[in-house]
Amino acid sequence: MRQETERWRKETYPKSKERDVEFNSVSGEPIKELFTPADIEGLDYLRDLGFPGEYPFTRGVQPNMYRGRLWTMRQFAGFGTARESNQRYKFLLENGQTGLSVAFDMPTLMGYDSDHPFSEGEVGRCGVAIDSLADMEILFDGIPLDKVSTSMTINGPAAILWAMYIAAAEKQGVSSDKLRGTIQNDILKEYIAQKSWIFPPEPSMRIITDIFAFGAEHVPQWNTISISGYHIREAGATAVQELAFTLADGFAYVEAGIKAGLDVDKFAPRLSFFFNSHIDFFEEIAKYRAARRIWARYMKEKYGAKNPRSWLLRFHTQTAGCSLTAQQPENNIVRTAFEALAAVLGGTQSLHTNSMDEVLALPTEKAVEIALRTQQIIAYETGVTNTIDPLAGSYYVEYLTNYMEEKAEEYFRKIEELGGVLKAIEKGFFQKEIADAAYQYQKALEKKERILVGVNEFVKENETLDIEILKIDPKLEEEQIARVRKLRESRDNVAVREKLDALEKAARGNDNLMPYILDAVRVYATLGEIVQTLKNVFGEYREQPIF
Amino acid sequence: MSEDRRIRVLLAKPGLDGHDRGIKVVARALRDAGMEVIYTGLHQTPEQVVAAAIQEDVDIVGLSILSGAHMTLFRKVKNLLKENGADNIILMGGGIIPEDDIKELKEKGWAEEIFLPGTPTDKIIEWIRKRVEKN
Repeated sequence: MRQETERWRKETYPKSKERDVEFNSVSGEPIKELFTPADIEGLDYLRDLGFPGEYPFTRGVQPNMYRGRLWTMRQFAGFGTARESNQRYKFLLENGQTGLSVAFDMPTLMGYDSDHPFSEGEVGRCGVAIDSLADMEILFDGIPLDKVSTSMTINGPAAILWAMYIAAAEKQGVSSDKLRGTIQNDILKEYIAQKSWIFPPEPSMRIITDIFAFGAEHVPQWNTISISGYHIREAGATAVQELAFTLADGFAYVEAGIKAGLDVDKFAPRLSFFFNSHIDFFEEIAKYRAARRIWARYMKEKYGAKNPRSWLLRFHTQTAGCSLTAQQPENNIVRTAFEALAAVLGGTQSLHTNSMDEVLALPTEKAVEIALRTQQIIAYETGVTNTIDPLAGSYYVEYLTNYMEEKAEEYFRKIEELGGVLKAIEKGFFQKEIADAAYQYQKALEKKERILVGVNEFVKENETLDIEILKIDPKLEEEQIARVRKLRESRDNVAVREKLDALEKAARGNDNLMPYILDAVRVYATLGEIVQTLKNVFGEYREQPIF
Repeated sequence: MSEDRRIRVLLAKPGLDGHDRGIKVVARALRDAGMEVIYTGLHQTPEQVVAAAIQEDVDIVGLSILSGAHMTLFRKVKNLLKENGADNIILMGGGIIPEDDIKELKEKGWAEEIFLPGTPTDKIIEWIRKRVEKN
């Protein structure tokens, strides 16, 4: 086969003239003109692919995949105050969305109350402002929390927002064992890429293992972490970097859990992942397949997990925000559709499709509707859900899956040599790798080695935008500030002081912090107050800027 | 401006937003184009940005904002530059900023130029060179 392929490459192929461009993936990996069985010679079907729902899960985590249940269509949404976001959630649920996904504003992500000086101008801008349990109650008003699953994109203050959710459910009469959803809770990728951190790495890892332990006991259906490659990719990483760094983070959490004395099979089944779906179709599909296979192997062989559920890599996907263009924004609908299709062919469990206008502002209702319809068209019209992992056995896809696995292994070795993920973060290793990749991508665009439609080719002169843009009323910030101030006057401040003091004491010791945080949340201590209490003990993280 | 002095640029991420891909790419492109680039890192207050700009004696400050807080932050930085007698420092920016807001930022004099995603770095370099020469 190899000989015949070489012969074809020399004799037949040159008869046709090749276009004068570089044939690279979006990550800059060179792509051959043809793949044949010779490219996957060592592939052993049973060992490397197996069957869906069986180790090593390359072909999917469920035995029947989308023949059983479609992925969860989970549009990320949140803006303004809790009341505006509550209305958007109801709109999405009425339109067939099957799960909620909360976007918080910058002050909430960074652990500041809306009336903190750092919050000025940021309140409710790129997500919803949540200062206390009172806001969380409004956010889910009229939405029965035993009926929906909710994903919350929150990291630094994840424990606090999760506690507010649990307490809001209590108020609805829903006990914590009925709650389904995910908190992102992935602080490592914050240091690496997304940069919404609060505490330094060591105490952050302690809070996370406290969450694992508390979840395993009290909130058993909740995904206590969503280990995220999405933001790593958005920051400029290649597909291989996204794959490798995300899984390395995952291993670091598993090791932290084991080190904290937890049984791996107790918490590993609740670990979930979050990947990006960029525009290079096959590279993305191969990435998801490789991710499942690598994770299963490490969990079984390296970390000694015995429960098959601990081996599963379940993941949410978001189409690539960074692939969207401000120029000719309607083109983003098409980009998003291809990216969503790649996620589905890669076997995702849940999907967010970006709206065409997100490169300009938060999405309008119309743009969100088109984005959701895109998923529904893939699910109900294209037929790609009828059979499981339809691209398996493609010479190219299997080659690329193997290739990505090998490249990820190279990164794992490098990270190991640097002393593990935390040490590599301190040394700026990930940050430098990602900054380099982002710069190379930009250069490739500027040299037109890569074509971006409407940006460096097929450009419209004097383009005027004629799509609607969502405006956030600046009054919402004033309203939110007034609300949190009023809350501080009307609640039982003696109880708040007591609970915060108890939390501070616990933080200085070794108790699991979750019950203390829950107690503070229940008496309406604010996010900022709880974070400040923990900062008193843990301090704050600062990074060395690298470019 | 004399030929031998290199253009000095301060690039800053004011506010709470952590999306620093764009600013880092621009920082490197400006450095490769021979400019002195100082990058503040993340989560800077307007006061910190202006203090750094004055201390580093820069020709131009570039703010990168994707969180929607651009109107507040540009206004504050501009006013602080004025209050500190450093109004000769040119203020530009980039990020996710709607067209209407760009118009308003320019009209009010809170920012001279805004570069959106997709702008070639050459265009930014050229704009800075021309603008600094005029000063």
